[in-house]
Amino acid sequence: MSFVTYLINGISLGSVYALIALGYTMVYGIAKMLNFAHGDVIMVGGFTCYTICSTMGMHPVLGVLISVVVCTVLGIVIEKIAYKPLRKASSSLAVLITAIGVSYLLQNVALLIFGANAKSFTSVVNVENINLFDGQISINGVTIVTIITCIVIMAVLMLFINKTKMGQAMLAVSEDKGAAQLMGVNVNGTISLTFAIGSALAAIAGVLMCSAYPSLTPYTGSMPGIKAFVAAVFGGIGSIPGAFIGGILLGVIQIFSQAYISSQMADAIVFAVLIVVLLVKPTGLLGKNIQEKV
Amino acid sequence: MKKTVRSNLITMGLVVAAYIIVQILIGTGNISSLMKGLLVPLCIYAILAVSLNLTVGILGELSLGHAGFMCIGAFSSAFFSKCMNMFVPGMPGGLRFFLAILIGAAAAGIFGILIGIPVLRLKGDYLAIVTLAFGEIIKNLINILYLGIDENGVHFSFKSSLDLHMEDSDKIIINGAMGITGTPNNSNFTIGVILLLITLFIVLNLVHSRDGRAIMAIRDNTIAAESVGIPVTKYKMMAFSISAALAGVAGVLYAHNLSTLTALPKNFGYNMSIMILVFVVLGGMGNIRGSMIAAVVLTLLPELLRGVVSDYRMLIYAIILIVMMLFNWAPACIEWRKKITATVKSKLSKNKTAKEV
Repeated sequence: MSFVTYLINGISLGSVYALIALGYTMVYGIAKMLNFAHGDVIMVGGFTCYTICSTMGMHPVLGVLISVVVCTVLGIVIEKIAYKPLRKASSSLAVLITAIGVSYLLQNVALLIFGANAKSFTSVVNVENINLFDGQISINGVTIVTIITCIVIMAVLMLFINKTKMGQAMLAVSEDKGAAQLMGVNVNGTISLTFAIGSALAAIAGVLMCSAYPSLTPYTGSMPGIKAFVAAVFGGIGSIPGAFIGGILLGVIQIFSQAYISSQMADAIVFAVLIVVLLVKPTGLLGKNIQEKV
Repeated sequence: MKKTVRSNLITMGLVVAAYIIVQILIGTGNISSLMKGLLVPLCIYAILAVSLNLTVGILGELSLGHAGFMCIGAFSSAFFSKCMNMFVPGMPGGLRFFLAILIGAAAAGIFGILIGIPVLRLKGDYLAIVTLAFGEIIKNLINILYLGIDENGVHFSFKSSLDLHMEDSDKIIINGAMGITGTPNNSNFTIGVILLLITLFIVLNLVHSRDGRAIMAIRDNTIAAESVGIPVTKYKMMAFSISAALAGVAGVLYAHNLSTLTALPKNFGYNMSIMILVFVVLGGMGNIRGSMIAAVVLTLLPELLRGVVSDYRMLIYAIILIVMMLFNWAPACIEWRKKITATVKSKLSKNKTAKEV
């Protein structure tokens, strides 16, 4: 029975990774940049919700909504100020370093406002634990909410991208910016929208992650951010179902290796699996293989 | 004198000049103890930046696992020094440190080759993430490695110090997360500068050699390079492993600068790799001198800000980093800078002509 418990825990952790990875993968698919500040947007989401709910004592739903709004605005502002001027830069590494700068900036602003001590986050989810098989398996309320949220968001995103005009515009921009512009797609608007969606997802992921693992510091988002990036690459970066599958698999692998092999080696095992996958299939599980042409 | 030779001499001359200035400042007592403590780290970061520039700037592959190679260099050399201390106590410190440097470089270089074989098949961001993964794996494994030597031979374990089954717990050399304690402090500023000069000599000569031109051809267009008969894998491997070995040298310097060596995320994690990458990109990819200067400036900046605005120093550092990147790389800014220099030049020449008339 412990196997099932581990599996559920793994899927729960994986859902958080998947939510973050969805944001990563969308931004990568369109802007072709690794947004290293994404993990810190998660942290901002967590702290906003913490301020609204714990410090100001307002309703959790309000807290989640406000943190989504704050992160969305933050995502758009970061894109406009720090990334957009470098979009046509001669090296794609320039924008990567700026993203690292933004990441430092967010961490240090949070450090100045909230201090380095860990804040304990009160869960925003009020769902009863579910007991199955006469209490042999107990599923945490947060776990259920996280998994359901992740699946719903993933479905909505797929519908949005495949069925709406905006989504089609995103696909067009991700394939060829210049051609999309000639077809009358508003490229700048589409990229802003992508950042907005990615950051909103990061806010939700932040709130859910802090509900499940309730310690909040300015550096909370950094490691999950890297793990989610790994998940996105794992599933094939740029692919939305890939990010979902990659996230879930990564979470399950991490929890299983903690449980069955060694808790200290879990990170090493996660990364080793990633390396093996990439060596067998160099573009990730669901990535498209683009042949290089002369 | 050839242009490249002059450029190389300027770069090395800069290092020597900086060294002489610092020595004069130390001699006259005009340097704080805080700055004195920073001298060896400055050399370490400069070596790391120059060596990563070989992979990122000259070879053109984004590597995010450079700190992993530094970690290998640090631990292998510290292990060697500690063993020598235990079993060959009469060995002169200079010789031991020299051998430690060679061992650190060799170990990191070998790992560079081992990791390079699978990694260099990948491209772009995938290569970046795999190097990051390798760096994290190295850090993670060293963190849980227990290693000791006694009369019965070498014992090692990935679980705990008790699993070593050793009679004498004093002979444990690598003690898991507690790392290696009691490494001799052999590093100093002079050795750091000498190693930096050697690093510069190796990298600059490589860049201007036939091999270096082949490596840059691969960077500029892999398919074209391959079609004119350049063995791509061989040269990629060469650049990657030399870069790793030099990072190992920086690791040796690091290990022998501290009495306790632990594999924390702070010193050998991906954050460190990213920091080195920041030096390289800010200093200019492929520009060895630039990356060295960027490493020195960015290491000194937070410490200099400490005196002025201690609470906000990392915040200001982040803002300066973003602004510098925008200023250096944004096409709009480059355009603007060109305009400014053009107007200044035209004004100067106008003044000149006015005077002549």
